[in-house]
Amino acid sequence: MSETTAEAEKAPVPATPSEPKDDQRWSQAMRDIVGGNAMISVLAVFLALVVGAVLIAFTDEQVQETAGYFFSRPGDMLGAVWQAVSGAYGALFQGSIYNFRRDGFLAGIKPLTDTLVYATPLIVAGLGVGLAFRVGMFNIGGRGQMLIAAAGAGWVGFALDLPPVLHLIVAVLVGIIGGAIWGGIVGLLKARTGAHEVIVTIMLNYVALYLISFLLRTPGALQAPGSNNPKTPAMKETAIFPDLLGPQYNLHAGFLTAIAATIFVWWLLNRSSLGFQFRAVGENPNAALVAGINVKNIYVYTMLIAGGLVGLAGVNQVLGTVTTGFSSGIDAGIGFDAITVALLGRSKPVGIFVAGVLFGAFKAGGFSMQAAEGIPIDIVLVVQSVIVLFIAAPPLVRAIFRLPTPGTAPRRQLPIVTKEVKAK
Amino acid sequence: MKLELRGITKRFGALVANDHIDLTVQSGEIHALLGENGAGKSTLMNVLYGLYQAEEGEILLDDVVQKFAGPGDAMNAGIGMVHQHFMLIPVFTVAENVMLGHEQTTFGGRLDLEAARAKVREISARFGFHVDPDALVEGLPVGVQQRVEIIKALSRDAKVLVFDEPTAVLTPQETDELMVIMKQLRESGTSIVFITHKLREVREVADRITVIRLGKVVGEASPTATNTELASLMVGRAVELTVAKNPPVLGEPALVVRDLSVIDPQGQVVVNNVSFEVKSGEVLVIAGVQGNGQTELTEALLGLQPHVTGSIELDGKSLRNRSVRKILDAGVGFVPEDRTQDGVVAEFSIAENLMLDRSTSKPFVKAGNLQLNFLANFAREKVTEFDIRTQGIDSKAGRLSGGNQQKVVLARELSRDLRLFVAAQPTRGLDVGSIEFVHKRIIATRDSGLPVIVVSTELDEVVALADRIAVMYRGGIVGIVPADTPRDVLGLMMAGEPAPGTGEAA
Repeated sequence: MSETTAEAEKAPVPATPSEPKDDQRWSQAMRDIVGGNAMISVLAVFLALVVGAVLIAFTDEQVQETAGYFFSRPGDMLGAVWQAVSGAYGALFQGSIYNFRRDGFLAGIKPLTDTLVYATPLIVAGLGVGLAFRVGMFNIGGRGQMLIAAAGAGWVGFALDLPPVLHLIVAVLVGIIGGAIWGGIVGLLKARTGAHEVIVTIMLNYVALYLISFLLRTPGALQAPGSNNPKTPAMKETAIFPDLLGPQYNLHAGFLTAIAATIFVWWLLNRSSLGFQFRAVGENPNAALVAGINVKNIYVYTMLIAGGLVGLAGVNQVLGTVTTGFSSGIDAGIGFDAITVALLGRSKPVGIFVAGVLFGAFKAGGFSMQAAEGIPIDIVLVVQSVIVLFIAAPPLVRAIFRLPTPGTAPRRQLPIVTKEVKAK
Repeated sequence: MKLELRGITKRFGALVANDHIDLTVQSGEIHALLGENGAGKSTLMNVLYGLYQAEEGEILLDDVVQKFAGPGDAMNAGIGMVHQHFMLIPVFTVAENVMLGHEQTTFGGRLDLEAARAKVREISARFGFHVDPDALVEGLPVGVQQRVEIIKALSRDAKVLVFDEPTAVLTPQETDELMVIMKQLRESGTSIVFITHKLREVREVADRITVIRLGKVVGEASPTATNTELASLMVGRAVELTVAKNPPVLGEPALVVRDLSVIDPQGQVVVNNVSFEVKSGEVLVIAGVQGNGQTELTEALLGLQPHVTGSIELDGKSLRNRSVRKILDAGVGFVPEDRTQDGVVAEFSIAENLMLDRSTSKPFVKAGNLQLNFLANFAREKVTEFDIRTQGIDSKAGRLSGGNQQKVVLARELSRDLRLFVAAQPTRGLDVGSIEFVHKRIIATRDSGLPVIVVSTELDEVVALADRIAVMYRGGIVGIVPADTPRDVLGLMMAGEPAPGTGEAA
């Protein structure tokens, strides 16, 4: 920025303004890509996979054995390392994207559809968490919002009798509303009493968990009739998300809701009046207040929508993935994984979509990695956690890859620099 | 002690903040360092104080080259700094603050407070400071807190004292007292570097003046130079120090404020029973030292204060207890005091900042959708009209200079249909060129027949803009006086004494 201001004042009559400007714009764009957020995310994933590879190699028996005589025949150990790591990541790939061992493309591509199934709730819940991030709020209440939504949608799904399409729509809506209410309570408490959303969401997670557990044990509520297990009856056929690609694949229409939700959040944040206010409050609540935006109401709206989105993840679980009835573990930790997804996706809708698919792939591939290579699925969890670690420390990633820091100077000195720029 | 800087060059990336600066301060001399905000004065002093390392050049004390790795080295070498924002701990006593950082201890590691007290008393007595070593710093007036800073520096045997914009927070009277102190220090052989951009103070106290612009020394001047000469040196061209304006065309009273009181969240009465009115086509300047209720008063006008009593009427309609949205819609334009906190969203583009307070209604929003094409055209128009120097309307506001950020705020506020314009400290921290621009815009707004309220702490600005001046002190209005009131009377009013003769009426 400094250069332009300087230029503008040195030469008030812009002689050939377009050329240097374009030049700067390109170098700036280059800087944004290399030093910016997307690149950091990609590199964080890469680094995490490297860390995962080290762990796989260290825990591999073959590697340990060959390490004993490393100095006499180093090739053995390196070969073993290669075999272990490539085998593991190969299995991860085959379990999540394309399985070469199956005959034909249609059978081979099945893992990819599994990935998308796992990705669906991660994406919508990630959108809910990411949306709250953009307004400056930390929505840790994914679990509670998902459980309430799952209970609502599930109850409509197994207890009511409605015509085919209508039943599904009602169930989905009830679920979304359930999640929205659970999130909205948080927004309301924050706006009216100043309660911190982190505390409130965590506590509401417990409230939801034990409330659902109680209902699951209460005959006539959520518990399946004639059963002693804390589990609901199976969903009725009319309320289940239909298969998208036929019965041989698990992919259901819930994935379409993930796509729709992504488009909706993109529109909301980038094109709508409400989203403009969301972002203004998120970036600078003081300026938003002075500009006449009702910051408190924005908190409530945000948590309503965020809760609804996370709720949709719960809906997807009960009406798409586990249609045979659910227990209180239906959220499957997605509410927390969604935080990681939102972080990795930089709280941007498209980024969250991509991050959700990646984590879906980890889930789908993790199982086959365990089955095929005997590598514990915990390695996948380590990789996921290390991703977050690297994302939380962009300077570390930049230092490893020697990337330029955005904004030329180190952050600390930035204000001083801009101050000086004024004079230029 | 003689201080000499030779060829100091400090770069931040591609930006050269200090470009081969030479500066010599003789022993027992007050040397004024004059320059606009951002000219490189503070950077230079931070280099001197060891906070930054210069890429080139050297620092000499009594002709011996020094190497400062940090402020500790600089202090040991005899350099002291009185910062613009005091580096004091409010809940500590004066003596505790003075000993902070080089605590003396007695047996068993106990603090030797008595030694610190003695030191404070000794230095106070030497310069007639009247500072009680056991007083809590938070209870002291600003001027006295500054003396504590000076004592702190002197207690470490500082032979070179750097004053970084020391008068920004002082009343005119406190400023005069500071000048006396500086002269005393000079008599005792201390060398003083006095950083400022206020011309009058420089001419009063400085022995020599060095003017810095764009990181370079552009000239030396003697204190006998005129204001205009100094200003043009600073800015690099002739500057209009006064604002050209016609006599006001006064209309009916548009804004009527009666018995307004504001109670802050801590329960303190911060604005006390204030009444005034502003006619259309008139600039009412609210003068006073920072922190005497001006901020809260303007916030009350905009509906940002929760506990307000009394009445605020604009064109006969009450503005009290309305939401900010309703007050904005009633036609109040507002330039907040803290630009970066309340004025702009740094991460938003210039275009987005230009629609910030119209984010819900036409023409920027239709059926819940942002009208991005309209916004782009609007933004381009305003960037040209208000001469906002930027790469494009999509640049982030946070990357603009202070002057350009303020232009964005002005453009946003002045492009609405206004009935009242309130500008709180509109030129704080701006360079002379931007100040000129802002002043012209404010007068143009007045001439279009709007009532205008300007809050200012700078007497120069008060006198330049005002049609009438209301002086605030401790939450109340001391008096409302005409624009031609002498400066010394205004200064006394800012310290709480009512104007002679005029009394409370006006």
